[in-house]
Amino acid sequence: MSDVNNATTAPNSALAAERAEDEYTGPMLAADGTPLKRSLNRALRRQKISALLLIAPLLIFVLVTFVAPIADMLFRSVENKIVQDTLPRTTTELKNWDSEGGELPDQAVYKSLYQDIYVAQERKLHTRLGSRLNYELTGASSLFRKSGRGVDDIGEVYQDQFEDLNAFWKKGENWNDVLGSDAWLATMKDWKKASGDAQPPFEMRDGIADILPQTANYYLIFADFVQNEDNDNLYKEDPWPLVYSAFYDDLTGPTAEQIAAYAGPGATELAQAAAAAPSFDSVDYAQAFADIDKDWVELPIWQTIATYSPRFTNGYFLNAVDMQKTPDGPALRPDDERIYWTLFKRTLFMSVCITLSCILLGYPVGWILANLPARTANLLMILVLLPFWTSLLVRTSAWKVMLQQQGVINDTLVWLGVVADDSRLALINNQTGTIIAMTHILLPFMILPLYSVMKTVPPSYLRAAKSLGATNWTAFWRVYFPQSVPGIGAGSILVFILSIGYYITPEIVGGRTGTFISNRIAYHISSSLNWGLAAALGAILLAVVLGLYYAYDKIVGIDNVKLGG
Amino acid sequence: MADTSATNAFVEFERVQKSYDGENLVVKDLNLSMPKGEFLTMLGPSGSGKTTCLMMLAGFETATHGDIRLDGKSINNIPPHKRGIGMVFQNYALFPHMTVAENLSFPLEVRKMGKSDREEKVKIALDRVQMGDFGGRRPAQLSGGQQQRVALARALVFEPELVLMDEPLGALDKQLRETLQFEITHLAHELGITVVYVTHDQTEALTMSDRVAVFENGRIQQLAPPDLLYEEPENSFVAQFIGENNTLEGVVKEIKGGTCLVQLDGGGLIEAKPINVTQAGERTRVSIRPERVEFNKDRMPEGAHTLKAEVLEFVYMGDIFRTRLRVAGTDNFIIKTRNAPDQVRLKPGQQIEIGWLAEDCRALDA
Repeated sequence: MSDVNNATTAPNSALAAERAEDEYTGPMLAADGTPLKRSLNRALRRQKISALLLIAPLLIFVLVTFVAPIADMLFRSVENKIVQDTLPRTTTELKNWDSEGGELPDQAVYKSLYQDIYVAQERKLHTRLGSRLNYELTGASSLFRKSGRGVDDIGEVYQDQFEDLNAFWKKGENWNDVLGSDAWLATMKDWKKASGDAQPPFEMRDGIADILPQTANYYLIFADFVQNEDNDNLYKEDPWPLVYSAFYDDLTGPTAEQIAAYAGPGATELAQAAAAAPSFDSVDYAQAFADIDKDWVELPIWQTIATYSPRFTNGYFLNAVDMQKTPDGPALRPDDERIYWTLFKRTLFMSVCITLSCILLGYPVGWILANLPARTANLLMILVLLPFWTSLLVRTSAWKVMLQQQGVINDTLVWLGVVADDSRLALINNQTGTIIAMTHILLPFMILPLYSVMKTVPPSYLRAAKSLGATNWTAFWRVYFPQSVPGIGAGSILVFILSIGYYITPEIVGGRTGTFISNRIAYHISSSLNWGLAAALGAILLAVVLGLYYAYDKIVGIDNVKLGG
Repeated sequence: MADTSATNAFVEFERVQKSYDGENLVVKDLNLSMPKGEFLTMLGPSGSGKTTCLMMLAGFETATHGDIRLDGKSINNIPPHKRGIGMVFQNYALFPHMTVAENLSFPLEVRKMGKSDREEKVKIALDRVQMGDFGGRRPAQLSGGQQQRVALARALVFEPELVLMDEPLGALDKQLRETLQFEITHLAHELGITVVYVTHDQTEALTMSDRVAVFENGRIQQLAPPDLLYEEPENSFVAQFIGENNTLEGVVKEIKGGTCLVQLDGGGLIEAKPINVTQAGERTRVSIRPERVEFNKDRMPEGAHTLKAEVLEFVYMGDIFRTRLRVAGTDNFIIKTRNAPDQVRLKPGQQIEIGWLAEDCRALDA
């Protein structure tokens, strides 16, 4: 009964609403009086949420496995924190140095360099920095390796003098008694390495950092290293020579007069050292580094360090376009060091060649397939797809067999008498080889979109054109071809973008002249380990592809790209 | 039947045969000749060979045997683009990447006509189909009817003398189809062009054509003007295919002068006009048009032949009433009566007597 009532009243209320709507001039309202826009949004939100939930797994997968690694890789092309992280004090000191003045940096810089390299060589980070700087300055790698070995000697000058003055300074225990807090010393004495418990972290004695600031500073680094990286008993460990040189600096520095007020453990030894230190032999850091390697007293290494001190650099990108950073700004590299520009040009040129030959070979095939009865077309389509079922490596290796000088093709040509035995064609390990093999491998990517687009062009168009008086060629060129252009567009984009980043085939058949930029990127990723440069090259490649895509959109229109339908 | 003499024939098919697979003939021994200016429709069920005939005439298919002549010259070996025949396709086949004007300009361009001449002709052709304002549009922006008008204009723009139309109105709704039927026939007569029109819609065939060729099984079953085709079908296929038709089966009992007596299988003896029966004892199908059957005693014509009938179904169709009866053993006997103020509406179950004139009743092949 109530149903019937509803049925009869509903049209009335609908009429009333309609009438009200006629007079109402504000935003459109839904039946319940809420603005129509809002209720529409509410209705659509549920759809949007469920759509989002459906794609969420894929989205997360893509973000984690694709977007994030690529973003991280691209970030490496500008990131350069290794110099600053490894040489924090040196880079700070270097800020005041005029790299173009022709003067070497002052003693303070050399001293920081000693401190930085000492810490770095203990952590074994100096060789990494060496190989990083070696990309920019040949020889940097061995220079840093040599310096890592040499810095021990520099600090030992002070270490020996302090130890000669008083054997007290020889022992790690004594240093800990002076510098460590009483609470820490107490727990440290109870700690046994064998117990498996974590070593109580080192705590500084109150006030000692005011009296011996630098010593405290480096002792903290030392303690941290011993406790956390070497996992040795800090209490028993003798300090680094670096600590002694810092100790010397403190005793001869502005805070020396406060030592008299110190009354903790080792106060007498400390007073004795403070009295003796000013008469110690001091170290000429610059000379010390010059003794390790004379490169340290020449400008290039300092200019390189100064140029690459910032956390971010455009150096990789400049490298990737055959330029380099110089004190005068970016400049082209010498002629014999330019390779990337040639490689980029070659990659683009060969990708265009491959795309064009795919169009030339694929178009007739697509046409035949589209015009055959479905049964035959399906059979032939299997033949087109057959290469997909064979390993890429096998196919590429097969081309090696086919194309080499003593290979099948050359043998046949010689047998036919087309070429002489002593002038066999060079078909492999050059651009020809790469173009032939890659055209074969990428051909299905051209044929498939061509076929599916051509299949949608009704044969009646050609008939209509002919009935209107067009010859076969005119009918094809003016009527059929323009309608197959979306297929060519889709196929070309696929083939071109695939080939521009292709790696395996050029690597195998390309030889020296037929390789792509991607082979160089792979080399930097896996052999030279210059990931920054690899990332910069990759970023440029990505930018080129996006640029070409944009140009394609402007010229042809991306709406004109069809994969079928 | 085809009383056009060979001398003034414009389009001629002579003993044309066509086979696709070398085993079956799709077109069997086709003979046809058309005078200039005629509107001829090829009508038939799908697979009857009518479209193949059209394609052979257009040049997209080659005849396996026989000769096709256009204006006295054999065109068997002339490629389609040199035949100068206009053609309208079922799916319009307007080139989607060209505007309407470019579509129309295309046949003129390939004929190397100057730009100003082209523009003038395109304009005239578009105006002729009331599409003058649509020259700049793309085909996709037009409705089906508009597209078909453009296709028509394109087929006519290069002034062909013969235009072929392959089910051009098949994809349109009924109302549009009727409007366009008139427009096409008017245009054809106005321009004096010869038209070969293919359709499977018999109403279209009857309303548009000068003559209709009914195709079945690769043969022309009858070639005649629409009225003759409807009123005097020459065999039972044509009688069945054209319009609605009642069939009663039986055996010829006697042929005498202009009439014959038929003993119906379901009982009853009727008089009919012998068309393709020649002697007594032959089986026959007797055909009567539904609207020639009368049940109202007051209107029953003089000398009408009567049979008993039972009403099975009454359908109100607006302008007419369609009533299904059981007559002489068949359940599918239809009569049609005009919706007039005094017309009786029959009720199912009613017993009536129906009657017709012997000359409206044709004894055809079994």
